[in-house]
Amino acid sequence: MKYEAIVIGTSAGGLDAVKTLCAHLPADFSVPIAAVLHLHRNTKDDLITLLNREIRLTVKYAEDKEQIQKGCLFIAPPDYHLLIEDDRTFSLSVDEPVNYSRPSIDVLFESAADVFREHIIGIILTGANKDGSLGLRRIKERGGTTIVENPRTAQYSEMPLAAIAEVEVDYILDINEITNKVMELLLRSKCKTS
Amino acid sequence: MDYYDDNDNENLEVMLLLEAVNAKYGYDFRSYARASIKRRIRHRMSVSGIKKITEVIERLIYDKSFFTDLLGDFSISTTEMFRDPGFFQALRKTVFPVLQRLPFIKIWVAGCSTGEEVYSLAILLREEKLYEKSMIYATDYCNKSLTTAKEGIYNIKSIKKYAANYIQAGGIQSFSDYFKAEADSAAIDPSLRQNMVFSIHNLAADGVFGEMNIILCRNVLIYFNRELQNKVFGLFTQSLEEGGYLCLGSKETIRLSTYSDNYDEMLRDEKIYRRNSAPVSYSKPSAHPVATPEFVTKGGELIRDVKAKMEELDYLLNSVGSLPGQS
Repeated sequence: MKYEAIVIGTSAGGLDAVKTLCAHLPADFSVPIAAVLHLHRNTKDDLITLLNREIRLTVKYAEDKEQIQKGCLFIAPPDYHLLIEDDRTFSLSVDEPVNYSRPSIDVLFESAADVFREHIIGIILTGANKDGSLGLRRIKERGGTTIVENPRTAQYSEMPLAAIAEVEVDYILDINEITNKVMELLLRSKCKTS
Repeated sequence: MDYYDDNDNENLEVMLLLEAVNAKYGYDFRSYARASIKRRIRHRMSVSGIKKITEVIERLIYDKSFFTDLLGDFSISTTEMFRDPGFFQALRKTVFPVLQRLPFIKIWVAGCSTGEEVYSLAILLREEKLYEKSMIYATDYCNKSLTTAKEGIYNIKSIKKYAANYIQAGGIQSFSDYFKAEADSAAIDPSLRQNMVFSIHNLAADGVFGEMNIILCRNVLIYFNRELQNKVFGLFTQSLEEGGYLCLGSKETIRLSTYSDNYDEMLRDEKIYRRNSAPVSYSKPSAHPVATPEFVTKGGELIRDVKAKMEELDYLLNSVGSLPGQS
């Protein structure tokens, strides 16, 4: 079993959490990452510039029909849902907000679960609403691996708590421990396949 | 439990469902981006308490009203007035001054859904004193959306949100002047509808649409797969006059299509392209031009075109009739 993608969902406090999570990942990190941060619709590209300064992966807003590639952290553009298609490309939609959110974590996670099945890691970080828990459940149901930030140490606990209530998650970890766990999972899965 | 099998089966079911919809009702969603379509099918399943997509297929074949609901799910698209205010401001400042020179302006709003952008455009044209010489063709494949668009009655809560967009877009009036408010809805000033034609047109199946000066098609193409996107760009290129403008949604681009060379980038961030004079090579000329579905729709287009011309003529005659000293 080899992981083909990582999806991250977070809201309030999420920018710092994503920075921490990705800070030590190498520029050629072998698994593509897609993230939904609940951003204000008028968020400008500064966010991308800022993240690119602080982490080694290439950070960019996911574009419609763009191929998912390793070494990249794709961010869902503000005011669009981000979905993944069977051919490993992104698609965007302006469907109604889900959980009052567009982009919605559930939308990304559910489509990613369909495409990557057990070959995906879904991560829910700090946040002040319930978006993402149903998406994480779909990932779990399809055999993927689920990680939730420890609600006791997360900046905002509601989103992690909602996910834990909805899904029997595989790992509940402090933000500093998540990167190591991800590395360990990748390493272990590589050993199994070779 | 083997997850692989499950998912492959589901993809097969979705494919069969879309084939059934096309064969039975003539709506072709086969080239739509699948992930969104799947979400919408699942939505209908949870509303109707259906467990398997195969059951959805059975229901939609035998139960027309069920199909109508599903079609409604497929056509939902959330649109708002003056979405991306920066775009409308750019239209006002950069594109409209060029249009001042034209004797007549033809605009096609393709995939107009419930009409919010059509009216935004009309307001903008009126404020720039271009409305009187404009004709807006608003099309959508969905009759229900088109009916809402024609009525122009919107929820009062949404209107409040649109008002903020309008101001950001550089609106120069009081936004409420364009509406007649009721208890919880607001009806758009009917005079904004004077130079509008609403008609059914399916981008996935129907043909070209007159010589346009502007084509506005925002956040529609993201729902199509790459192949259909390219086909529609071909359609737009054929329908646009040289020097005409193509306006796309903020996350859409013509750059990945085979028509990229036929456009200059006017405003990159606002996704406003201008058709240049480069020769067009249409990607797939039909091998059998006779009796293809395209050929049949061509006839329909000709009729529609004639109708549009007559409407223009009507309009011109009317405006002559209302000149001072003529009545």
